[in-house]
Amino acid sequence: MPAFDLAATPLRDLNHALHAVTPKTNDRAFEIRNPRGSHAVAVGCSEPVTVAVHGSVGYYCGGMNAAADITIHGSAGPGVAENMMSGRVVVEGDASQYAGATGRGGLLVIKGNASSRCGISMKGIDIVVGGNVGHMSAFMGQSGHLVVCGDAGEALGDSLYEAKLFVRGKVKSLGADCVEKEMRPEHLQTLERLLAAAGMAEVEPAQFRRYGSARKLYTFNIDNADAY
Amino acid sequence: MSYHNPPTPPRKSATFDDASMAEIRRAAATGIYDIRGGGTKRQVPHFDDLLFLGASMSRYPLEGYRERCDTSVTLGTRFARKPIELKIPVTIAGMSFGALSGPAKEALGRGATIAGTSTTTGDGGMTDEERGHSELLVYQYLPSRYGMNPSDLRRADAIEIVVGQGAKPGGGGMLLGQKISDRVAEMRTLPKGIDQRSACRHPDWTGPDDLEIKILELREITDWEKPIYIKVGGSRPYYDTALAVKAGADVVVIDGMQGGTAASQDVFIEHVGLPTLACIRPAVKALQDLGMHRKVQLIVSGGIRNGADVAKALALGADAVSVGTAALVALGDNDPRWEAEYNALGTTAGAYDDWHEGKDPAGITTQDPALASRLDPVAAGRRLANYLKVITLEAQTIARACGHNHLHNLEPEDLVALTIEAAAMAEVPLAGTTWIPGRTGL
Repeated sequence: MPAFDLAATPLRDLNHALHAVTPKTNDRAFEIRNPRGSHAVAVGCSEPVTVAVHGSVGYYCGGMNAAADITIHGSAGPGVAENMMSGRVVVEGDASQYAGATGRGGLLVIKGNASSRCGISMKGIDIVVGGNVGHMSAFMGQSGHLVVCGDAGEALGDSLYEAKLFVRGKVKSLGADCVEKEMRPEHLQTLERLLAAAGMAEVEPAQFRRYGSARKLYTFNIDNADAY
Repeated sequence: MSYHNPPTPPRKSATFDDASMAEIRRAAATGIYDIRGGGTKRQVPHFDDLLFLGASMSRYPLEGYRERCDTSVTLGTRFARKPIELKIPVTIAGMSFGALSGPAKEALGRGATIAGTSTTTGDGGMTDEERGHSELLVYQYLPSRYGMNPSDLRRADAIEIVVGQGAKPGGGGMLLGQKISDRVAEMRTLPKGIDQRSACRHPDWTGPDDLEIKILELREITDWEKPIYIKVGGSRPYYDTALAVKAGADVVVIDGMQGGTAASQDVFIEHVGLPTLACIRPAVKALQDLGMHRKVQLIVSGGIRNGADVAKALALGADAVSVGTAALVALGDNDPRWEAEYNALGTTAGAYDDWHEGKDPAGITTQDPALASRLDPVAAGRRLANYLKVITLEAQTIARACGHNHLHNLEPEDLVALTIEAAAMAEVPLAGTTWIPGRTGL
């Protein structure tokens, strides 16, 4: 099992080793110790490896991940799993701003709380947050699902495109063009699948409410100018 | 005796001129601001306001057809393991697939490759045609992150983080529904036919301290191979350049207000930002103050048309320039051969700027398959290559006349200004004097 102690090993060596993995590589379970808030840990993975990070990380851990299964046994700084393509990133603790920003695929699980702009400009990623999310979450969300088991802050889903949002607790306010929508059976099925994938199968899908785009800002109209 | 009162000729207001009155009527009738393509159309101090002195008793020229004048430039020497080597100091600026047709993007790649330079993606991601036909391709990293993925990041030759552009510093992109075809919609993960809004700020960093970490991430993802550019619109060039250097850029790109856009509000294009001429000296000074001039390369864009513009930008301290609008014209944009069709659209060749409507008779700024098929990418690429070679030859002609064996040896001392404004902005003397406004007395 490749192990990297970031107290003694340069970050560049770690990421280079992850990028050197090929379909023929046998040893695919990486251990990272002493991240001590390092930025850009395990970024740009492109093979199905597992990465266990023992400690908290700084910005952009798991950035642009494709196929890897990364678990952060701690908390994550801004932009965890930004622009993820596929695979899975799990944060055992809390996540800072922009978690899953612009993600295009894969699953991001945050077992604690996520700060502001969680899922900003999301493009297909699924994000499940065990706790609360901060303000402006899913801002300009284009596609994918954001599941919040706790509460959501101000302006949820502002300027939303086609991302689907589910919140179990209170929503402080909805952003421009974001509205509550009917929870239909297919949405409950989606929720059940996402919660199970996130290891939160005990959470009851029926307790959530669904939010999405009113699609009133899709074509500019001067009479909607107050919404911008 | 009767007194004859002479008639008073009609007099229009200089303030409420025809264009201002027409815009008021247009706004009142439509309820939407005017959106158009291109850069500023108003007259601003520009390279035309500068002249080269040429050789004289104290300088001797190089023989035009015998003595070499080098034009090569290397970009990304600060941190990148694989800097970009260009044969000419003129690159193609970022323009998106979406704003431009597929054949137009292919033509840009073909022309740039023949001429030995790079082309650049835009807001919307990288297409296979573009990558395939561009020997050197710069991949833009934009606030929208449309089409952004690590595979394309790795197959790029350089990465350009776009903070802003000269046509709209502080503004995001627009691509109106008429141009959101199936393919454009898929690349941007958006529903077909909607008015697409690109964010004006990056989603996961704010400010130069964050940007430094973002650059670290991009370098780690690409194993420190690619040069990383930072592109800013001309607004605070001294501080923007200094902060870009601090954030870890290999190359700084400054785009003045004459730089084009595919679609922006006219009020933004005409009233926000600095003329290109006003951007260069402050940017160069920032590099010099940090001891980074020529170590971090400076690319200047916005209104570059000919070899004299290239030579003047380089003389003021730039390492290279970028062309966007001029490249489109070389491909065939606004060509008088389509005059009848421009007339049918209510305009005329040379003035057509409704690029956002997707009805371009020249087939360049459109996603309409029938219109796009009018552009032969091979022939258009050849025209672009010819143009790039001509303006390089022109710049060499001037450099030799000034006694320089490399375009980078051109210097401010080679220049004078025709106007006080240009003299102040370029920090060169007013012609026939030793006066540099703001720096010296008469």
